[in-house]
Amino acid sequence: MPIQTSLAEDGKTLVIRIEGRFDFSTHQAFRDSYEHAGPKVTNYVVDLSDTTYLDSSALGMLLLLRDHAGGDSARISIENCNSDVRRILSISNFEQLFAIK
Amino acid sequence: MTQHSLRILIADDSDTDRLILQALIKRLGHEVIEATDGLEAVEKFREVSPDIVLLDALMPRMDGMEAARHIKSLAGERLVPVIFLTSLSDAEDLARCLAAGGDDFLTKPYSRVIIEAKIKAFDRMRRMHDTLSSQHEEISARNRQLLEEQTIARRVFDNVAHTGCLDSPNIRYHASPLSVFNGDVLFASPRPAGGMLIFLGDFTGHGLPAAIGAMPVAEIFYGMARKGFSGADVLREINQKLKLILPTGMFCCGAMVEADFKLGQLRIWNGGLPEAWVLRRNGEQLLLPSRHLPLGILPPEQFESVMETVQVQPGDRLLVMTDGVLEAANDRGELFGLAGIRHCLEQVKPAGHPFDVVLEGVRAFSDKAAESDDLTLVTLDITDQPAVPDVSGQSLPSALAGPTEWRCEYEIRERTLGDFSPLPLLLHICLEVPGLRTRGGEIYTLLSELYNNALEHGVLELPSEWKRSAEGFGRYYSERQARLARVDGHYIRFSLHHTRKPGGGRLRVVCEDSGAGFDFRNHPLVSGETGEDIAPRYAGRGLLLLKRLSKNITFRGKGNHVEIVYDWNFSAHQGDGDDR
Repeated sequence: MPIQTSLAEDGKTLVIRIEGRFDFSTHQAFRDSYEHAGPKVTNYVVDLSDTTYLDSSALGMLLLLRDHAGGDSARISIENCNSDVRRILSISNFEQLFAIK
Repeated sequence: MTQHSLRILIADDSDTDRLILQALIKRLGHEVIEATDGLEAVEKFREVSPDIVLLDALMPRMDGMEAARHIKSLAGERLVPVIFLTSLSDAEDLARCLAAGGDDFLTKPYSRVIIEAKIKAFDRMRRMHDTLSSQHEEISARNRQLLEEQTIARRVFDNVAHTGCLDSPNIRYHASPLSVFNGDVLFASPRPAGGMLIFLGDFTGHGLPAAIGAMPVAEIFYGMARKGFSGADVLREINQKLKLILPTGMFCCGAMVEADFKLGQLRIWNGGLPEAWVLRRNGEQLLLPSRHLPLGILPPEQFESVMETVQVQPGDRLLVMTDGVLEAANDRGELFGLAGIRHCLEQVKPAGHPFDVVLEGVRAFSDKAAESDDLTLVTLDITDQPAVPDVSGQSLPSALAGPTEWRCEYEIRERTLGDFSPLPLLLHICLEVPGLRTRGGEIYTLLSELYNNALEHGVLELPSEWKRSAEGFGRYYSERQARLARVDGHYIRFSLHHTRKPGGGRLRVVCEDSGAGFDFRNHPLVSGETGEDIAPRYAGRGLLLLKRLSKNITFRGKGNHVEIVYDWNFSAHQGDGDDR
């Protein structure tokens, strides 16, 4: 599976790990990953350590997750991006919407 | 009994064999057509076009193999199974039958069970082939229809998002004809006071959703640019509209460029596009990275539309592109990237143009990018005179209709000074006078010079000397932004008064502000006869323009009360501004 989810030890942080290309083909899987997470989840970590590529539809999916997690009050961090992925995130100035680590 | 009856052609020169086979097949419920040799088989095939053909291998006049070749070529795209009837048992002979286009063989003596099974099997194959062909046909037809629809949609889109002034000699661009379906849009419009507004956008996704999103952007852009709204105003409007209509997850990366050739000034906003390049005539390069979120994500109150200001000179060039350029990949999967652009720009010869070099470069790098054409590239050459036709010059309507005797006063105060430009509104009021309509450019210039002077020097007390050096220029604009937040108690008041006079009319504009004014009595441009001898500087330019365009300019009070008189005649047309 290119997308793996796990619940952190605190029980309220959902970690979503994306392997390979994060693009439109992962749309459904990405949505499922947080929509079925249950009501206890309040924080999200999108782990991109194994993500090789990210396109604009992935940016759109991140915005959908942000909406799902409460919009401006969403607590989402995007972690472990490689330099290409990081560049795409910063061209679009997504630092303004997400905590990028 | 088989479920459906097939039309089966049997060719055999042996009457007994043919009779046996014929009887067998008829009993299975099929219709039989008989031929006694290969030539007759081909003729019958042409006449009745059977579903399955059974051919004896050895026949007079034309043997089975020759007949099979003819039949297969007559059948064309249709699958007509050809089964050889043979008493041959030599493997090589059987192989030759298949090589001639046969699909299978039946050995004599015939077995009813085997014949029935083979006919059934080939009928299944035949029908599967028919289904596939008709589906293929349907897909091709759908595809043709889709392309036709796109072409028509493109025409509709072009009527809304006409090319504006993209044909100006100082603009070069590459955009695929159907680029709107890739989600790329490129618009350019002249501004009423001269200069241009250019917008390059890249919607997420492609196809219909992207094209639909592009429509309102085109309308907003052309509608507002023509009325003199600034790039920042247009951006705010586009963002608000897209936020409203696009579903979450869809947005538009874009860059807005506001070019003022008279002032030698570019103002740029980049939200999500790759770096824009300012390429100086002297070889210097300045990169303008994306500093904002793309359009359609943030709600209006969080949206930041401040544009970066860059000083430019004739001969300088601006290069803006969508990420299709950077993401063009070669067959090894490497990306063209920023390095590719940099490499191209190093190779621009003195007489060459960066546009050609970059476009050639990316095409040479990636065959696929050249094919899919999912990239847009535009360059703007800074010229010393605006080579743009004025869009406000529509045909002169009956000059006597419309309001000619009127007066109005409009005042903006306090925080509104920082958030709102009254210019489009005031211009709109003036252009209701038919005789002024073709003079929109001049009227806009007059109003905007008065307004900017009142705001920047009157209310904000920004010293114009700052604009003479490059670093002061930056300071000027950052200070302007900072001071706009502290305008309590301030105002700018416009009084407009229009009257008719023989052969034309007179517009009188008074602009007052709450600032400290200036010592106009000793200002060389105000007291001097022409002011032509003064080297054109930013500080003097506005005043010089006002003097040239109007019949009369008068300063009153502390210098914070300016009145200009603008006369127009029916006979004078757009373009000959020296008739006064």
